[in-house]
Amino acid sequence: MSYFIFGVLPYVALTVLVVGSIARYERDPFTWKSGSSQLLGRKQLIWGSILFHVGILIVFFGHLIGMLTPVELFHALHISYAFKQLMAIVVGGIAGAMAIIGGAMLLHRRLFNPRVRASSTFADTGILVLLFVQIVVGMGTILVSIQHLDGGEMVKFMDWARAIFTLRKDAWHIVADVHWIYKLHILLGLVIFILFPFTRLVHMLSVPVRYLWRPGYQIVRTRKRNASQPAE
Amino acid sequence: MSHLLDRLNFLKSTRQDTFADGHGQTTIESRDWEEVYRNRWRHDKIVRSTHGVNCTGSCSWKIYVKSGIVTWETQQTDYPRTRPDMPNHEPRGCARGASYSWYLYSANRVKTPLVRGRLMRLWREMRKTMTPVAAWKAIQADPAKRDSYTKTRGKGGFVRADWEEVTEIIAAANAYTTKTYGPDRVFGFSPIPAMSMVSYAAGSRYLSLMGGTCMSFYDWYCDLPPASPQTWGEQTDVPESADWYNSSFMILWGSNVPQTRTPDAHFYTEARYRGAKSAVVSPDYSEAAKFGDIWLNPQAGTDAALALAFGHVILREYHLDRQVPYFEDYTRKYSDFPLLVRLDEKDGRYVPGRMLRAADFTDGLGEANNPDWKTVGIDSKTGDIVAPNGSIGFRWGENGYWNLEERAGEQAIELSSTLILDEDHDDVVGVDFPYFGGAATEHFTRCDHPDVLTRSIPVRRLKLKDGDALVTTVFDLFCANYSLDRGLGGDNVASSYDADVPFTPAWAEKITGVKADRIIAVAREFATNAEKTNGKSMVILGAGLNHWYHMDMAYRGIINMLVMCGCVGQSGGGWSHYVGQEKLRPQTGWTALAFALDWARPPRHMNSTSAWYAHTDQWRYETVTAGEIVSPTAPAGNWAERSLIDYNIQAERMGWLPSAPQLKTNPLDVGRAAKAAGKTAAEFVAEGLKSGTLEMSCEDPDAPENWPRNLFVWRSNLLGSSGKGHEYFLRHLLGTDHGMLGKDLGEEGRIKPVEAKWHDTAPEGKLDLLVTLDFRMSTTCVYSDIVLPTASWYEKDDLNTSDMHPFIHPLQAAVDPAYESKSDWEIFKAIAKKFSEVAPEVLGVEDDVVSLPMQHDSPGELAQPFVADWKAGECELIPGQTAPNYIAVERDYPNLYKRFTALGPLMEKVGNGGKGIAWDTKVEVHHLQDLNGQVSDEGVTQGMARIDTAIDACEVILMLAPETNGDVAVKAWNALEKITGREHAHLAAAKQDEKIRFRDIAAQPRKIISSPTWSGIESEEVSYNAGYTNVHELIPWRTLSGRQQLYQDHEWMRAFGEGFVTWRPPVDLKTIAPAMVQTGGDKHVVLNFITPHQKWGIHSTYSDNLLMLTLNRGGPVVWMSEVDAQKAGLADNDWVEVFNSNGVLTARVVVSQRIKEGTLFMYHAQEKIVNTPGSQITGKRGGIHNSVTRTVLKPTHMIGGYAQLSYGFNYYGTVGSNRDEFVIVRKMDKVDWLDTPASTKEAAE
Repeated sequence: MSYFIFGVLPYVALTVLVVGSIARYERDPFTWKSGSSQLLGRKQLIWGSILFHVGILIVFFGHLIGMLTPVELFHALHISYAFKQLMAIVVGGIAGAMAIIGGAMLLHRRLFNPRVRASSTFADTGILVLLFVQIVVGMGTILVSIQHLDGGEMVKFMDWARAIFTLRKDAWHIVADVHWIYKLHILLGLVIFILFPFTRLVHMLSVPVRYLWRPGYQIVRTRKRNASQPAE
Repeated sequence: MSHLLDRLNFLKSTRQDTFADGHGQTTIESRDWEEVYRNRWRHDKIVRSTHGVNCTGSCSWKIYVKSGIVTWETQQTDYPRTRPDMPNHEPRGCARGASYSWYLYSANRVKTPLVRGRLMRLWREMRKTMTPVAAWKAIQADPAKRDSYTKTRGKGGFVRADWEEVTEIIAAANAYTTKTYGPDRVFGFSPIPAMSMVSYAAGSRYLSLMGGTCMSFYDWYCDLPPASPQTWGEQTDVPESADWYNSSFMILWGSNVPQTRTPDAHFYTEARYRGAKSAVVSPDYSEAAKFGDIWLNPQAGTDAALALAFGHVILREYHLDRQVPYFEDYTRKYSDFPLLVRLDEKDGRYVPGRMLRAADFTDGLGEANNPDWKTVGIDSKTGDIVAPNGSIGFRWGENGYWNLEERAGEQAIELSSTLILDEDHDDVVGVDFPYFGGAATEHFTRCDHPDVLTRSIPVRRLKLKDGDALVTTVFDLFCANYSLDRGLGGDNVASSYDADVPFTPAWAEKITGVKADRIIAVAREFATNAEKTNGKSMVILGAGLNHWYHMDMAYRGIINMLVMCGCVGQSGGGWSHYVGQEKLRPQTGWTALAFALDWARPPRHMNSTSAWYAHTDQWRYETVTAGEIVSPTAPAGNWAERSLIDYNIQAERMGWLPSAPQLKTNPLDVGRAAKAAGKTAAEFVAEGLKSGTLEMSCEDPDAPENWPRNLFVWRSNLLGSSGKGHEYFLRHLLGTDHGMLGKDLGEEGRIKPVEAKWHDTAPEGKLDLLVTLDFRMSTTCVYSDIVLPTASWYEKDDLNTSDMHPFIHPLQAAVDPAYESKSDWEIFKAIAKKFSEVAPEVLGVEDDVVSLPMQHDSPGELAQPFVADWKAGECELIPGQTAPNYIAVERDYPNLYKRFTALGPLMEKVGNGGKGIAWDTKVEVHHLQDLNGQVSDEGVTQGMARIDTAIDACEVILMLAPETNGDVAVKAWNALEKITGREHAHLAAAKQDEKIRFRDIAAQPRKIISSPTWSGIESEEVSYNAGYTNVHELIPWRTLSGRQQLYQDHEWMRAFGEGFVTWRPPVDLKTIAPAMVQTGGDKHVVLNFITPHQKWGIHSTYSDNLLMLTLNRGGPVVWMSEVDAQKAGLADNDWVEVFNSNGVLTARVVVSQRIKEGTLFMYHAQEKIVNTPGSQITGKRGGIHNSVTRTVLKPTHMIGGYAQLSYGFNYYGTVGSNRDEFVIVRKMDKVDWLDTPASTKEAAE
């Protein structure tokens, strides 16, 4: 069981995530959207959305950096596991709390605002519930982490993630004996990866960040197919 | 190409150019996604079509087809240009039309033939052992079997059928009914041929070949303004909308142009930009109100009072105190003002009597031909009494003098309009006029004036054939009627506008609520503009006025204003009544096809109002008595002691109105018996009626022999839209669940009719079979036994014309009919074919006896100078003279299909014609044989021109009609020239070679050719305007005097007080008191129920269209003022129940400042199949707007055989008014959608 969840499922999830996203982008480009319901009601949306998005982005990048940064880099920077663990708990805790508050507001709105509810698909509601549960579980892991602040457990996850990406067969062994709540958190994470291409989550890949530094406010697309030719 | 790879361009130089100082940026990203949007609007072809929906739009549309599917539609913009200085017709179209393509592939589409499941089971069971007609007979013979499907009408339970089987059921039912009861028991209702002429003609041709009854619609819809035939002898003829632009003062009166004439409204806007002034008269703040320089908001139903006050001011200031030469000249030549009227003495008092005729003089004024029908006046040059040219007596039996030249015969004359000068009159006497203002109900202002107003009139004493008589002019009576003080002394006249005398502005202010100074100002502007422009003042009016019981009064009040100011027949002026799309421009070409006049004449026509009144048993509940509406000045007679249906029966008996069914005995049996006896049909029936062996059906509408048995409804939503008295239809005609709350006359112990036979128990479920053809599942479809899927307007070839513009339009099949649907033409062809196969079981070649009332525009309109009833022994029964004519017609049932698909021999033998003129049409028949080909199959039609496809049928219409064939137009004008003695053919000469073919109008809409069928002309000089040829070509109006008839002298008109226009408050329908108990003490409000045309649909069409539903509240709504809402404790969007003794409807309420207190608006014909909950009172689903209405007949509309007051199909006759109705409105505290499954008992077979 552990072998499947921590040894096989990650590859399945990553494959579905990548292939599924590409397939959807190619086959059904007009479904690639965030599915905003702002038109149907702004109440609760603005605060909920900002809290949720800021919180979850911090958490997301925290996980990304924390798990995928080579352990050697931390050594080189003289960052101790204990400090990293503490950072993760403090920053993750604050961001997680934001995400929980924001997520709760969004979930309430989605379920109890009649207009929003009527125009929500099963996937819209489902993914929000799933994310919310995942954040709650993630916050739950803090309670366990706080009991061993040395960062030993954390290192296991770093190793596991590294093992997955270096295609080590025994990767699943590394996390076989951690607390069940971590396991649940990882499992849900992988499920979210799998669902990612089939839900509105894909908007993560299309965030128009370039807006922040684009030079002009009137955008004109050139008619030239081959832009290397000088414009007439 | 890959979307993703295209985006992976990070390594390429982005080469961003900037512009506008860096505020703009040029990027080089992929633009392939734009193709998606380009493809969205790409299509394979565009086909021209339009919408056949009785909206009067007749707009040209581009229908886009992509991969065999209609995708969308947009407005065509290629109308022929108008002339310089005139705006063009485009853009034409509206949001409703633009949403039509939604229907084609929607869930509402009827996709296959459907049959009521229980009927289908019975049919299949019977057909196992029996032939078709025997099978139908077996079902009808067993009451339990018949009830099993008739009582479940409207409750679902349809099963699919195939065309073969379904046409066999219909054919068998028709054949059985024809054999058993007579072909006139097969009814067909389809309205407004102008919206799709061939589709209409398909059904009516089938029925006419069988001898079935084609039912009228224009009168039933109450779109027919009886005032028009009364005044002009003309059904309705109006200016095209482009002519609004030529007007400089327009009154919009009860017409909401931007909302209900959307494609034409731009001409109104453009006229306003040009500088025209406009007054808007509307009780509510309508969309049109904002266009007006002034908005007058009288209480709904009081328009006649307003019109009378306008007329009072115009007469005072433009005809009496100062005489405008143009007005004087116009009214002398073109109105009955100068003609003489006899005063009748009654109990020592005088009342206006008949118009004086040549026959009243001992020498007949030298007139040998029709002296009874030649009106007379005084020639001011010689002082002689003369019979001026143009009266209706000159129209028939002689040639050359039926014109409006100022002549009597060859002698030049100038008539004198008044006897006011001392030397012109012998005496001044008091003449009585009725006043009905005291009859108002508590909802209207009642005022303290006596019910008889005596006013002084200058009179001349004449020696006539029957002794001395007092006579005066119409104008002198007219002025007295408007209560103008002319210095003759006496009471009931006013010299000041402030006097409290009917019909001064001060009086009108009390009745209407409109301030007197505003009335005076508008009247002056209207008349002054007409004076300066020679008649370019116009009134645009419509259903808002015409749907009242006493609509004639409002209409005649307005017509009087127009005539007094010389506006009728002048471009930019006149009477613009826009209600239905009745303008069938190529009419005379179409009638031949539609009523199978190429095979047999006459067809069976019926006025629907009287028919439905009788057959849905609304007469059994009649609360209005003749006594309430009869005039206190009525001639001697038992006017008050007869009920309204008694008047109708008398009218049918005297040959005034048609009947359906006609005789209690099967007319095929009558024909056979007459032949056996060696007598003509007329002789045989006359004897039978006198001896009592034959009975007219109208005398006993509830006898099973007299029920309509089969009914076809096509191009119509009779039960969801026009069926006034909806719940009566459900109960008595269909025999299913209904929501009626009232009791009949028997149960209430009221006085019953004397002529109509009373049955203590009224029949329920008179129809054996109801067949509806539609493309969408309408309310009527839901109640039908058989529903046939028909082609939509984008799936068939047809023709369409309108009042609003002079073009003829095609409908075209952009795609083939979807699913299993077929065009109406193909459906009736298929039924005809099956009928010819099935009928020989019981029918062969038969002699059918058809009854025919005295027809408008035929010599029959001179039949009855005096009213005499043969049954009362007042005269002999002479068919065609004192009674309907009875004519034998041969029916060839086995060859019905062959006849249907070929142009029969009568066009060649007898020719064609219309409106009183006839012409030879041999050449056109030969052209059609060349164009459509000749029938090659052996049999009765071999060699005749084929009418196989709908396009063949279109070509028949286009070839035979003067409007689309220049040669025919010239022939028609030549035919008229003989009668008028004047040259008219120049009006069409320039277009003599023009022949409009179907493919021509497919390429571009074509302007029609001027024809004597209509009173306006198509020219490069003027826009189309009604009455134009009367004024400019001196062709008489088709009235008694040949002039605009402002005095109605028929005995029944005088009896009911409508000789002259007067104020008649809405009638008391007494529907509130019996229903009040249903409020159960809840808060409620009683309001006048008004049903205008809507914004989100055209009648019921589009009211089930998702796109349109989305724009409003998604289901039935009623509109109410804030004040009334407060009284009833209602907030916007509450569910309400609206009811009276007629029935109940449920809807949401819209609370709006726009609505005037005291009225409830319900836009008419919102389908009850969409979002309609159950009623708390009845426990049944709420009804439609007509659930709370019932139609009431008016005796003056029944008059016949009397010049312009003669019956014509959709032309004159009873009309189905419905606006005098009041309703109770209260909030629903429980909204029950009745969406649980049927109980086991209900569902059980």
